[in-house]
Amino acid sequence: MINGGTHCCSKGDSVKVTVRRAAVLCLLLILGIGVMETSATGLLAQSMQTSQQDEFVPIDELETEDQLPAAPLLIAAYGFAWFAMFVYLWSIWRRLARVERELASLASRTTER
Amino acid sequence: MKRFFAVAVLIMRKDLRVETRSLELFLTTLFFAVSSVLVFAFGFVRNGRPVENAVAGILWIAIAFAGTLALGRTFERERYHDVLRSLLLAPVDRPAIYVGKLLGILTLLAAVEVVVVPLIALLFQAPLFRHPVLLFLLLLLGTLGFTAVGTLFGAMLVRARSRDVLLPVLLYPITIPVIIAGVRGTAVLLEPEMDLAIVRAWIGMLAFFDVVFITLSLWTFEPVMTE
Amino acid sequence: MFPPLIVLAMIFFVCAPVFIAWAPYESTMGLVQKIFYFHLPSWAAMFVAAIVCGIASAVFLFKGRVIADRIAVSSAELAVVFGLIGLVSGPLWARKAWGVWWQWDARLTMALVLWMIFVAYLLLREYGGPGSEKLAAGVALFGMANVPFVYWSVNVWRTVHPTTNVVPTLVPGMRGALWWSLVGFLLLYALAMMARVRLEEQRAALERIYRELDD
Repeated sequence: MINGGTHCCSKGDSVKVTVRRAAVLCLLLILGIGVMETSATGLLAQSMQTSQQDEFVPIDELETEDQLPAAPLLIAAYGFAWFAMFVYLWSIWRRLARVERELASLASRTTER
Repeated sequence: MKRFFAVAVLIMRKDLRVETRSLELFLTTLFFAVSSVLVFAFGFVRNGRPVENAVAGILWIAIAFAGTLALGRTFERERYHDVLRSLLLAPVDRPAIYVGKLLGILTLLAAVEVVVVPLIALLFQAPLFRHPVLLFLLLLLGTLGFTAVGTLFGAMLVRARSRDVLLPVLLYPITIPVIIAGVRGTAVLLEPEMDLAIVRAWIGMLAFFDVVFITLSLWTFEPVMTE
Repeated sequence: MFPPLIVLAMIFFVCAPVFIAWAPYESTMGLVQKIFYFHLPSWAAMFVAAIVCGIASAVFLFKGRVIADRIAVSSAELAVVFGLIGLVSGPLWARKAWGVWWQWDARLTMALVLWMIFVAYLLLREYGGPGSEKLAAGVALFGMANVPFVYWSVNVWRTVHPTTNVVPTLVPGMRGALWWSLVGFLLLYALAMMARVRLEEQRAALERIYRELDD
């Protein structure tokens, strides 16, 4: 059923294995969609009973005292996004510079020999 | 095909024979599971009554913790005697080794659950056995899913550094869907008016998880175990 | 390839705030909804990174191509970064729109789990010692198997989180800003990937030289 044990022999075998695995994946997908659709009705019924959605009040109807200022949240979100990307790109740049420095020093050392 | 299962059963019997001689893993895992349940009892009980839905969570967390311990110890034992390398050198289907180890650990966890589940039902006065067949299915499929991923990762980490801490680090995020399905399914079972459709939905999902994870594990066991 | 992409990415990010500001207000959530224009593209980029990592890991695991491993680790890092942006922008939006920082509904839970899987991937690569590349590839495969569950979960469980039907029903003004940001984030992903893969290649070259020197 499943080819294992020794390392794969010929190209033909590995193609067969790949095709078999693709077929199993398709089967799993179909099975999964079937399971998910049949479970959908049951779970939808249960979540109808959750009260979270009932407590949701659109912002226009909310009292002004209950309203949070949106601007700090918005700025924090965008600010963090920029900050995170910047820090990450800078960390790549720093690591790359370090490795390239080492490569250069090694190259100069080997040419000296 | 027959040979595949013959090898798997052989490996399982080997593991069980080693285990029954000393009972080390069974007793330590069982005691650990019971201790966890006690700790949760102090944490989640209010005014002498268990917090709602805590029982389902306590049950499955105990299984997850005990399972991680059992997996870690099983593969530590293998590593110590270099058994895994010998098994991989043998002229057998590699996935059969995986299935054999999976069955062995599953049996161990099943034995632990046989004690822990009634104990939890007793300590928390929870009507866990009102629908025994459904409970059995949930426990079987859930433990199977957890163990399937755990066996793969445990075997993978045998030669890795920091393997003790890395096993739970890798295992828990990936098996969270199994735990969620198990807990929610058990919680619905405990309700006075159980909704059969919902429990069946969760059981169906657990079965689907199991199929996906076991298939993936069977495919990745060989490439991951070889250099 | 690199410089023109950088210029393009810069254009996108400079113009993005303008388009976002021009987009019409959403009636129920007001100003804070504009976090959406970074939040959704960030998660989209994270999903792309996750899938790329998963596929690259599969190729590495079953075919043994080293370039696939380099792509996998780079993509995993980016998945963590973009996921972090999504995980921070989401609660900031949620605090205003739903009144709570976090909800344990299906989509948020699964997204958090997916993010943690890639953090675990990076931890394994960092602390697992030699040979952890293949192990991590196995972990990434399992992580990728979770992606469809995240996407599907919103449509099955009714949650407070907007369903995936939101995008086609957007007002044209909003749609433009969203697609603009989406392209911008994907460009950013591509750029960062190129830089990160180059880092891995240079590291490998360095290791090779050290090994040759040892001989």
